Amino acid sequence: MNFLRSASSLALRPSSHILTRRAALPATSFAVRHLSDSTKKTIEDAITQNKLVVFMKGTPHAPQCGFSRAVMQILTVQGVDMDGALKSFNILADEDLRNGIKEYSSWPTIPQVYINGEFVGGCDIMLNMHQSGDLEKLLLKEGLIEPEAEESPRA
Amino acid sequence: MSTPVTSVTIESLTEACNTKLGATHVEGKDISGGCGQNFEIKIVSPMFEGKSTLQKHRMVNEALKDQIAVVHAFSQKSFTPAQWEALQQQ
Repeated sequence: MNFLRSASSLALRPSSHILTRRAALPATSFAVRHLSDSTKKTIEDAITQNKLVVFMKGTPHAPQCGFSRAVMQILTVQGVDMDGALKSFNILADEDLRNGIKEYSSWPTIPQVYINGEFVGGCDIMLNMHQSGDLEKLLLKEGLIEPEAEESPRA
Repeated sequence: MSTPVTSVTIESLTEACNTKLGATHVEGKDISGGCGQNFEIKIVSPMFEGKSTLQKHRMVNEALKDQIAVVHAFSQKSFTPAQWEALQQQ
């Protein structure tokens, strides 16, 4: 439960206050246009040049939100090369990207996962696909993980 | 027209799911410890029939966007009535 507590404290960041105030206006922050051409290009370049891109809070080895951490754990368990195959963006370090990616994906929350240029989902969907086996299939298909070695016969 | 959202509660989320998504069952949990920043919600609706998980989530995001915009964290699970029924049998 610790991550939830630290997650709530993040809500005290000044930027979150701005978001809250803006959301109190008739046009919600989700609907306001944030996406500049340069941010859009950054996103498009990233998702077309990398098979696996995650827009997250923090970094793969130091996630700063429980949901971002959960996605990193799922990818690690799946056997993704977290230093080689994964391209990640820390949206906490880039306010334009933080707002821009939400608009680009039409998705209100972080983290966001792109595989082979396509938006896959956030934490809920990743967890869902992880449990159903669909994520493994997708990662295999895109060559992001190796097929599991045959288990040695039981003694 | 949607009214400006200043606070989010289980009731306000449930209400939006009922009216905008025709939900037949909604289970919401405030896991923020009372600060109204962190919600987990299960939604059952016949409108999810034939939709992919991503499509279902997008429908929920759209229906609740005013409210999601003001909370810190939001987690959803969406089911068709048949999927929900099957889950209850387990």
